[in-house]
Amino acid sequence: MRKFAYQLPLTLLLIVLTVPLLAGIETYTFETPEQERIYKKLTEELRCLVCQNQNIAGSNAELAQDLRKKAYEQVKQGKSEDEVVNWMVDRYGDFVLYRPPVKATTLFLWTGPLIFLLIAFVVLWRIGRTRRKQTSEAQPVDEQSLEQARQMLENKES
Amino acid sequence: MIPEIGHIALILALGIAVIQAFFPLAGAQLGIRSWVSVARPAANLQMLFMLVAFGSLMYAFIDFDFSVKYVATNSNSKLPTIYRVSAVWGGHEGSLLLWAAILAVWGFAVSLFSRSIPDVMVARVLGILGLVSVGFLMFTLLTSNPFERIPMQADGRDLNPLLQDFGLAVHPPMLYMGYVGLVVPFAFAIAAMLGGRLDAAWARWSRPWTNIAWLFLTIGISLGSWWAYYELGWGGWWFWDPVENASFMPWLVATALMHSLAVTEKRGAFKAWTVLLAIFAFSLSLLGTFLVRSGVLTSVHAFASDPARGVFILAFLAVVVGGSLVLFAVRGKSIRSYVSFDLLSRESGLLLNNVLLIVVTFMVLLGTVYPIIHNAFGWGNLSVGKPYFDLFFVILTVPLAIALGAAQLLRWKRDTVSNLFSKVRTALIVSVIAGVAAAALLMPEFSLSAALGIGIGVWIVCTTGKAIREQLAARSFSAIPRGFWGMAFGHIGVAFFAVGITLTSVYSIEKDIRLAPGESYELGGFNFAFDKVNDISGPNYSGNRGTITITRDGFETILHPEKRNYFSSGMPMTEAGIDAGFTRDLFVALGEPLGDGAWAVRLYHKPFIRWIWLGTIIMALGGFLAATDKRYLRMASRARRNRRQAAITAGAAA
Repeated sequence: MRKFAYQLPLTLLLIVLTVPLLAGIETYTFETPEQERIYKKLTEELRCLVCQNQNIAGSNAELAQDLRKKAYEQVKQGKSEDEVVNWMVDRYGDFVLYRPPVKATTLFLWTGPLIFLLIAFVVLWRIGRTRRKQTSEAQPVDEQSLEQARQMLENKES
Repeated sequence: MIPEIGHIALILALGIAVIQAFFPLAGAQLGIRSWVSVARPAANLQMLFMLVAFGSLMYAFIDFDFSVKYVATNSNSKLPTIYRVSAVWGGHEGSLLLWAAILAVWGFAVSLFSRSIPDVMVARVLGILGLVSVGFLMFTLLTSNPFERIPMQADGRDLNPLLQDFGLAVHPPMLYMGYVGLVVPFAFAIAAMLGGRLDAAWARWSRPWTNIAWLFLTIGISLGSWWAYYELGWGGWWFWDPVENASFMPWLVATALMHSLAVTEKRGAFKAWTVLLAIFAFSLSLLGTFLVRSGVLTSVHAFASDPARGVFILAFLAVVVGGSLVLFAVRGKSIRSYVSFDLLSRESGLLLNNVLLIVVTFMVLLGTVYPIIHNAFGWGNLSVGKPYFDLFFVILTVPLAIALGAAQLLRWKRDTVSNLFSKVRTALIVSVIAGVAAAALLMPEFSLSAALGIGIGVWIVCTTGKAIREQLAARSFSAIPRGFWGMAFGHIGVAFFAVGITLTSVYSIEKDIRLAPGESYELGGFNFAFDKVNDISGPNYSGNRGTITITRDGFETILHPEKRNYFSSGMPMTEAGIDAGFTRDLFVALGEPLGDGAWAVRLYHKPFIRWIWLGTIIMALGGFLAATDKRYLRMASRARRNRRQAAITAGAAA
C-alpha cells in the first residue's frame, strides 16, 4: 500500500498527460492454450492505473505495456492466475483489480444486489397478498367502481 | 459580434425561463387565467432564444473564430466541416448548451402537442420545465460560459480525435434527447401531484412522451456502444464505464416507468409507484450529468471537469430530488390506489418487471459509486469493473427475460397457473430444445451459457408470437392497436439482444500476431492474408493503412485497418477494418511496426455481434410504434374538433 501511495503524485500527473487510445497489440506466444487463456483474462481484468478507465488489454500506455509484459512473463513461468493477481495487488493495491476482492470493506458491494433482491421479493409478496385479500373480501362498494365514479366526476370538471 | 449575440440570447433565455417557471406555476395554483396562458408563448420564446444561442456557437465554430475560448480549445483550422459542427458539443460548455437547448426543444414540443390537455395542466408542466431550465442556464452562464472571449489565437487546439467520427458526432444529441426527454414525464408527475389529480388521463398524457424519450435514449446508448466497438479497437462494445452506467441507469428506470405507466393507465393501479419512477428516472439523468461533469469519477468521458461545477450540479440535484420527494411525501397519501389484483395477473407480472429493473439499477448504481464511497471512508482506492457488473447483470436479467415471456400472456386482474401453463407449454418445449440443439449443432462447441442465451431468445419470440395469435383471434390484423405492436417489437428486440450478447461473449476469438507482407493466419475458419501497409495522409492526420485479404471457400473480402496520428495532438488512433455480417464480424486492427515490414496485428472473429445493435434498433422501433398509438392521435384530434366547435359557437354568438 505504501508503495502505491508513493506513486500517487506521479500517477495523477500521468492521468493528465496520457490519453492512450490505441489498444495494445503484442505478439506473445504461449506454450499452452491454458496459459493464453489466463493471460487474456488477466489483461482484461487488470486496470491500467494511469489511464482514465481502461484495462491493460485496451491501452497502449507505457504502464499498460509494462504490466502486460509482467503478466506474460509470470504466466509463462507457469504461475497461476491468483499468483499473478497477488503480485499485482502487492505493488499497486486493490485499485489494479477490476474484480474487487471480497473483504470487510467490500462486503456490501458483493452482497448488496442480493440483499436488495431479497427485500424486493418480500415487498412484492406482501403487496400481492394484500391486494388479493382485497379481491376476496366482499366489500359493499368495491374500490374499482368508486375509482371509476371519481374519474367520471373529475373528467366532467375539466 | 456573433458570439455576443449568442451570449445575450442565453441571458434572455434565462430571463424567459424565470417567467416560464413563475407565472404558469403561480397562476395554476392561484387560479389566475392570464398567468396560466403565459406558459405556451414563454416556452416557444425560450426555444427561439436557445436556438439563437446554439446557432451562434455553431457559427463561431464554422467560422474558425479562435477568439472564443471554447472554439479555440475544441477546433482547429484543419478540422473538416462536419466535425466543426459536432465540435459544438465536443467539450463541457457546449455539452451543457446542447442540454439546455434540447430542454427548450422538449418544452416547445410539449406546448405544440398538448392541445388535448387542460391548460392548467400544461401550464404546470411547462412551469416545471422552466424551473429546470433556470437551473441549467444559471449553471451554464455562471460556471461554463461557452461564449467566453480570449485574445485571438493563431490556431485552435483541435477537437479530441476520438470525437472525430460520425458515430460520435450524432451520439451526444441522441443521448441528450433521451436524457433530457425524461424531464417531460417527470414534469407531468410533479404537475399531477401539484394539481392533486393522478388519474388514468395523466398516465395517458405521459406515456407517449416517456416512450419517445426512451426511444432516443435507446438509440443514443446503442450509438455509443457501436462507436466504442469500431473506434477503440479493443473488440468490446460495453465496458461498464461510469459514464456508460450513467446513461444506462436512466434507461433502466425509464423502461420500468413505461411498464408501470401501462398499469396506471389501464387499471388505475401503481399510481404512487409510477410517480416515484418518473422522479427517479429524471433524477438519475441529473445524477449522470453530475457524475460526468464533476470529475468525481475517472472515466474516458470525463473531459474538462471542475469541482466547482460538481458542487453546483450536486446542489441542483438535491433541490430537484429533495423537492420532488417532499412533494411526494405530502401528496403521497392521496394518490394511493386500492385496485385489487391477484398474485398471478398481468399487474403482478408488470410489478415483477419493475422490481427486477430497479434491482438492476440499484446494482449498477452501487458498483458505480462504491469506489467513491470506499475512498471517502479512507479505505483506499478500489476499482469495480466489468467482472462485477457482468456477473450480477446475468444473475438479475435472466429471470427478468424468462418472466417477460410469460407475463405478456397473463390476463389482467386474475389468472390461473393452469391457464398460463397451457399457453406457454409449446413455447417452453420449443425453446429448451432449440437452445440446446442450436448450441450443440450450430456452434463450434457446446456451451451451457450459449444454450441458455439462445433458449431465452427463442422463448421470448415464441411467447410474443403466441400473444400476437391471441390478438388475431380477437380482432382483425388492422385492428390490433399499435401499442400492442410496440410491446411485441420491444420484446423481440430483447430476444435478439440476448442472443447477440451471449454468442458474442461465448464464441468470440481473437489473436494478436506478428504478420509480414505475404504471411497469413487462420482464425475461425477464415484465412487472414497480410498484403501490405501504405502511408496515407488525411486532412488533419497522417498514418498507415494496411491491406488484409480474408478468404474462406468462395468468400473474399479486403479490409483496410488504419493507424492515424493527428497533427495537433500527436495521439495515435486506430481505425479498425471491419467486415460486418449478420452472423459474424471480422475485425482487424493495426498495432506497431515490428521491423522488416512486419506489423503487430489483432484479428477478431465475433459471432452474432450485430444482433446486439439489431436488437436495440428493434426495441427503439417498438418505442416508436407505442408512442404513435392511435388513441394518442385520437385524443389530439378530438381536442382539435372541440376547439373548432367552440370557436364556431363563439363566432355564432358574436
